[in-house]
Amino acid sequence: MRKLLIAATAALLLAAPGLAFAQAKQGGEIVITYKDDVSTLDPAIGYDWQNWSMIKSLFSGLMDYAPGTTELVPDLAESYQISEDGLTYTFNLRDGVKFHNGRALTSGDIKYSIARTVNPETQSPGQGFFASIAGFDAMASGEAAELSGIATPDDDTVVFTLSAPNATFLHILAINFSFAVPKEAVDEHGADFATHPVGTGAFKLAEWTLGQRLVFERNPDYHHAGLPYLDKITFEVGQEPTVALLRLQRGEVDVLGDGIPPAQFEEVMNDPANEGLIVEGGQLHTGYVTMNGNVAPFDNVLVRRAVNMAINKDRVVRIINNRAVPANQPLPPLMPGYDDAYEGYAFDPEGAKALLAEAGFPDGFDTQLFVMNTDPNPRIAQAIQQDLAAVGIRAELQSLAQSTVIAAGGEPDQAPMIWSGGMAWIADFPDPSNFYGPILGCGGAVQGGWNWAWYCNEEIDARAAEADAMVGDTVAAARLDLWRSIFIAIMHDAPWAPVFNEQRFTMHSPRIGGEDALFVDPVHIPVNYNHVYATELQ
Amino acid sequence: MGRYLIRRLAAALLILLGVTAITFTLSFLIPADPVRMIAGRSATPETIESIRHQLGLDRPVYEQYASYVLRLAQGDLGRSYVQKTEVGTLIWSRLPATLLLMAGAIFFELAIGIPAGIYAATKRGRRSDRGIMILSFAGVSAPQFVVGLLLLYIFAYRFGWFPMSGYGTLGHLILPALTLGIAGGGWYSRMMRSSMIEVLRQDYVRTARAKGLAERSVVLVHALRNAILPITAMIGLDIGLFMSGAVVVESVFGWPGIGQLAWQAIQRLDIPIIMGVTLVAAAAIVVGNLLADLIAPLVDPRVRLR
Repeated sequence: MRKLLIAATAALLLAAPGLAFAQAKQGGEIVITYKDDVSTLDPAIGYDWQNWSMIKSLFSGLMDYAPGTTELVPDLAESYQISEDGLTYTFNLRDGVKFHNGRALTSGDIKYSIARTVNPETQSPGQGFFASIAGFDAMASGEAAELSGIATPDDDTVVFTLSAPNATFLHILAINFSFAVPKEAVDEHGADFATHPVGTGAFKLAEWTLGQRLVFERNPDYHHAGLPYLDKITFEVGQEPTVALLRLQRGEVDVLGDGIPPAQFEEVMNDPANEGLIVEGGQLHTGYVTMNGNVAPFDNVLVRRAVNMAINKDRVVRIINNRAVPANQPLPPLMPGYDDAYEGYAFDPEGAKALLAEAGFPDGFDTQLFVMNTDPNPRIAQAIQQDLAAVGIRAELQSLAQSTVIAAGGEPDQAPMIWSGGMAWIADFPDPSNFYGPILGCGGAVQGGWNWAWYCNEEIDARAAEADAMVGDTVAAARLDLWRSIFIAIMHDAPWAPVFNEQRFTMHSPRIGGEDALFVDPVHIPVNYNHVYATELQ
Repeated sequence: MGRYLIRRLAAALLILLGVTAITFTLSFLIPADPVRMIAGRSATPETIESIRHQLGLDRPVYEQYASYVLRLAQGDLGRSYVQKTEVGTLIWSRLPATLLLMAGAIFFELAIGIPAGIYAATKRGRRSDRGIMILSFAGVSAPQFVVGLLLLYIFAYRFGWFPMSGYGTLGHLILPALTLGIAGGGWYSRMMRSSMIEVLRQDYVRTARAKGLAERSVVLVHALRNAILPITAMIGLDIGLFMSGAVVVESVFGWPGIGQLAWQAIQRLDIPIIMGVTLVAAAAIVVGNLLADLIAPLVDPRVRLR
């Protein structure tokens, strides 16, 4: 069914590019609340789930996703060609694109913006995404001032030369770190560009009162005619989610940026007054327990498999009010490459005990389970701890600050087990390779890395490299098959126990409307601001 | 007076320098790496090292501290690691809200605590005294999150007398200030009560009563002036406390104070902001105490500044 839906959406897109949904009337405004203040709106810097979607509305890149889907579509690019060897990408820019300061976008801006992200002085967390562009190493190390792999033969054409084929390169050009910024505005504001963003996006920043609110206004010159629908979005920050919910019920707020507070979740879901106002959708997220192969006895695959069989995932899901679905593999169901047919390790405590005995631990063993100390993660870890105890594994909980758990995971022998909740992993872009390299590949199994299982299977690494070199539509299906087999092979080695995939529940006021998919857009969290509309005007 | 002030200010500077040294050292003892928090999860080891170098965090700690203090001497608190904004700007933007909430909270603390304490002292041992003490105990021990939400639910959500959240008008101030005032009022009433009981035992109070003065005038005119002295000292401490922020109350009422800034900075391991807020709070405690000491001789002529 899902595949059918995606195919139908894709067909619709082909028929009318950039117009996935019926036109709505423009006008109206909405209010969105957040607990935390927004850290930055600089696309080279912003990398949290709150500013990620805001930046997508202020800026744009060569590529984007069709609203509500994971389908790549050109945005600032009018068209593109990929060379046969997969090493050269040529983009023709769309006509008439203007920055919020009124200046027309040129190919030089694309080159400047990506080079700015790669420039070490920018301190961008997204630098590494561009490693496949020729000349990256020289610029990233500070030796070269230019990124030699990007050429601009004329104002409307950008040519990328890669040092190796990269099947995810179009996704890389759709992530925020590649978004176009005007050099003059960056030069004018310096580091304060973070609070004075100038882009080509659907909205422009009209006001930012630190600690209180941000106001986005419709960009009348936006390059997609008729979009966005809303005139204005106000983000009120510093709002306790419980209070935000009360305000939504009173009609003062339209979207809960932080979601429905867990304590009120059941009540809200069971209230008939909220019918049609809560949209449920999947997320490119997996929550898992890592088992550090450097630390005994997790160097034994039988022990790792036993842990997979010991955890009662259905119970863990119930603990978080069924806001997730049990997982049996690293990839979330929404991710291309997910294997519907794979059944994974069934919950089987007796089988787990037998495996432990076979591995030489008939009486179990003592270990530690690290967890981030904010709700609901300690509760989840306690449930896992009980499940492990039932098969004889005595895991002591280490409930610590997020940064401390991340630091421990990045050390080769500190954290035997980690519950990933609140830290990892939500995909940066909808491609299976993003669920491999940093968290399961040999490259991530380094000091300070995110491969907390310290899993490194060179044979699988080689297959992953092969998959990422398969560029172009003709091999896309074969590539997904290869990825599917890679993740199933990983489950055979069992470096993780995948536990669940979080579901999203977006609650909105009756004042805003749009297709349900816009409220659970896989790349815009919580809502695709560019496509929702004010219902009273329709 | 002049020499006293100079001596106190010099001591204050030393205290603040000590605070920067301790906070700075502590930030290096945390078993977590701020650079990794900035670099995010997709960073290569090279990116992490390059950011460390850009921020000067690869230099020896004493060198980093020296350059921090040098910049501080020029009034520069540095830039946030995460937001890249100047820490001074971030703190400055939240200072008005913090000061306003502080003023409101101290007003309610005193308005609740002083009359309650006086009344309880004059009814010592009776049922109303015990009632007030139980209430003050409840006020002190009730979680501010619960009190705040309760007030908000009743007076803003149900009755709609006050805005639900935000900042800008007197209406926005009342509920958060009252939430803080209820807790503080509990402390003040206990302190006021014991101080008043102490004073009411004094000979001059007996004299006043013997002269046939009305009890009301004995308590409010003669006894109160002496009994209130410990309270003025406590206000000085309160100023420092509120300057580091009232995180919970700010969060319930969406109040853009320093507490929220500090809380977010701690979660993000944004050390320049943590340093800045700590320094401002420490400075406020020092200044608050100084003010309390300066006010004391005005309230009580027996106190001399030396």
